[in-house]
Amino acid sequence: MNVIETEGLTRVFTGRPDRGNRLRRSRHVAVDGLDLTVEAGESVGYIGANGAGKSTTIKMLVGILVPTSGTVTTMGLHPLKQRRALARRIGVVFGQRSQLWWDLPVRESFSILAAIHSLTAADERARTAELVDMLEMEEFLATPVRQLSLGQRMRAEVAAALLHRPDLVILDEPTIGLDVLSKQRLREFLVAQRREHGTTLLLTTHDMGDVERLCERILVVDHGRLAFDGTLDGLARTVGARRELVVDLAVATPDLTDVAGAEHVRSDSDGLRQRFAFDPQRMTAARVLAAISERAEVLDLSIAEPDIEDVVREIYRATRR
Amino acid sequence: MRPLTPPARNPYWRFLLAGFRGQSAYPLATLAGLVANATFGVLKGSIMGAAVESSGGELAGYTAGSMAAFVWLGQGLLGSVNLWGGSDLQTRIKSGDVAVDFLRPVSVQASHVLTDVGKGLFGLLPRGLPSVLIGVAIGGMVLPSDPSAYALGLISLLLGIAVSHACIYAVGTSGFWLVESRGVAVFYLSFSGLFAGLYTPIYLFPDWLLTLALLTPFPSMMQLPVDVLSGQVTGVAAWQHLGVQALWLAIVLAVGHLSTRAGRRRLEVQGG
Repeated sequence: MNVIETEGLTRVFTGRPDRGNRLRRSRHVAVDGLDLTVEAGESVGYIGANGAGKSTTIKMLVGILVPTSGTVTTMGLHPLKQRRALARRIGVVFGQRSQLWWDLPVRESFSILAAIHSLTAADERARTAELVDMLEMEEFLATPVRQLSLGQRMRAEVAAALLHRPDLVILDEPTIGLDVLSKQRLREFLVAQRREHGTTLLLTTHDMGDVERLCERILVVDHGRLAFDGTLDGLARTVGARRELVVDLAVATPDLTDVAGAEHVRSDSDGLRQRFAFDPQRMTAARVLAAISERAEVLDLSIAEPDIEDVVREIYRATRR
Repeated sequence: MRPLTPPARNPYWRFLLAGFRGQSAYPLATLAGLVANATFGVLKGSIMGAAVESSGGELAGYTAGSMAAFVWLGQGLLGSVNLWGGSDLQTRIKSGDVAVDFLRPVSVQASHVLTDVGKGLFGLLPRGLPSVLIGVAIGGMVLPSDPSAYALGLISLLLGIAVSHACIYAVGTSGFWLVESRGVAVFYLSFSGLFAGLYTPIYLFPDWLLTLALLTPFPSMMQLPVDVLSGQVTGVAAWQHLGVQALWLAIVLAVGHLSTRAGRRRLEVQGG
C-alpha cells in the first residue's frame, strides 16, 4: 500500500496587495506540482535548502495546510476531510513545536496522549514503559516539561509522537540543536522502531548524519520541485559526497599529494594541517590515515562529513544545468 | 451499547483536569490576582455602598448587603471567567503551535474550551472562595439563607464559566483569518466588563443600554450567576437565568464550531 501519494501537489502563497497597485499581490509558489509516492515501510529523507518547500509539503501531507491544487492522500485518507482518522495513524514531531503539556510532568503528558489515542490502561502502561526504557527517560518522568533540557524534551517529544504506534512517523528537524550523543541515541531508537513495527519514516533534516543513518531513500526538493529521488548511494554518485580527513602533523610538511585513494585538498599553516578528500564507498578512513602516517607523523585528526547544504547545492547545480 | 469510558481514559475529562492542574503551577500569580481582586473589591464596595446609601438604602433592587454580595461574588469570579479577550488559542495560532492541536484525533474546540474551563474551576479555590470570605468578613456581604440558591447558583456559576471560555474560543478563531488577533481581544475587553456587570450591576443602566447588554453573552458570564448565587434572583426567575445562560452557551459553541471549520482552511501555519 502507498502510505503517501501526491499528484500535482501545489501550494501558492499570496501576499498582501502592493501599496501602489491594489490588484497586484506577491505570489510565491512553495510547492510546485509535486508527484510523490512513498510505500509502507520506507524510510525517506526529505532534504532541501531553507524555503525549498519541505515544511509546506509536510503540512499538506498531514492536513494542516490546504493545497492550492493537486491531490494528496496519506494512509489512504484525505488529510483535511479525515483529519481525526488520519491523526490516529500518524505521529508527527515538529522539532520547533511541542506537543507536551508545559506545566505538567512528562508522565502526565504521556497519559493524556494515551487517552487521546484511546489506548487501554494496560497498553498505555506497556508502551510507556517500553518508550521510557528505550529513550532513557526514567530520570525526568516526574519533571514538568518546562524544566527539561532540550535533549530530554526532544526524546519526550519523539516518545509522545510514537506512543500510539503510528504507521507513519513524520519528523521535521528532529535532531536540531541536539548534541552528538543525543542525536545518536535518537537515531538508534528510530532504527529499532522501524525494525520492530515496520514504521514508515519521513524526515526533513539539515543533518547529513540523520540521512545517512536513517534513510534508504532521499528526496531533494528545490523550489517546490523534486530535484533528486534515489538512494543514498545514488546521491553520493551524483554529487560525489566525499568525506574529508583533516590531519595535524608534527612538523611542517610539503603537500602530501601522493596519498593513494585520497585527494589532497588544501594545506594550512605551512603544511602543519592538511586536508584530504576520499570516497567512503571505495576507501576507508583508516587506509587513508595509514598512507599518510607512512609519510609523516600524525598528531591529531578529524573527519568531516559533507554538509547537507553542500550536497543540496551540488544537486541544484547538477539539475539546473 | 458501548461500555462507558472511565474518566481517566476520556480525553476530554483529561483536558479539563490538565487545565485545572496546569493552573496550580503558578501559586504566586494566583496570590497576586487575589490581592488585586481584593483591593479593587474594597474600592468597588465603597463606591457601590455609597451609591446605595445616597439613594435611601435601596438602588435598583439592591440593599447594602446584597450590593456587597454583588461586588464580592463578581470579584471572586474574575479568576474564573475571561473578560480580557486573549487566549491560548490566539497565541497558538500566531506561533503556529495550533498545528499540533489539529494533529490530535479530538475536537480542537472541545480540547481548548475544556482546558480553559479547567483553569477557571481551579481559580474558584484560591481566588473565588477567599473573595467571598473577605466580602463576608469586611464587606458586609449577606449570604442567602435558602439552600436552593446555592444549588442553582452552582449550576449558574458553571454555566457562566463555560459561556465565558466558549466565547473566548470563538473570538480566538478570528486568528485563522487575521493571524494577529490582539485587536479583536482589545475590542472584546472594551465591552466585556461593562456588559458582564463587572463595574456596576447592569440593572443600573438606562433601558437602551440594558437592552443592548442583554443582546450579548456577557451578562451570562457574571451578572446572571451572581444574581442566582447571591439569592437576588430566586424561583422561576432563577431558572430563567439558567435558561438564558444555556442558550448563550449553545450559541457561542455553535459559532466557535463553525468558525473553526471555516477558518481551518485558511490557516497558514508559520515557520517550520
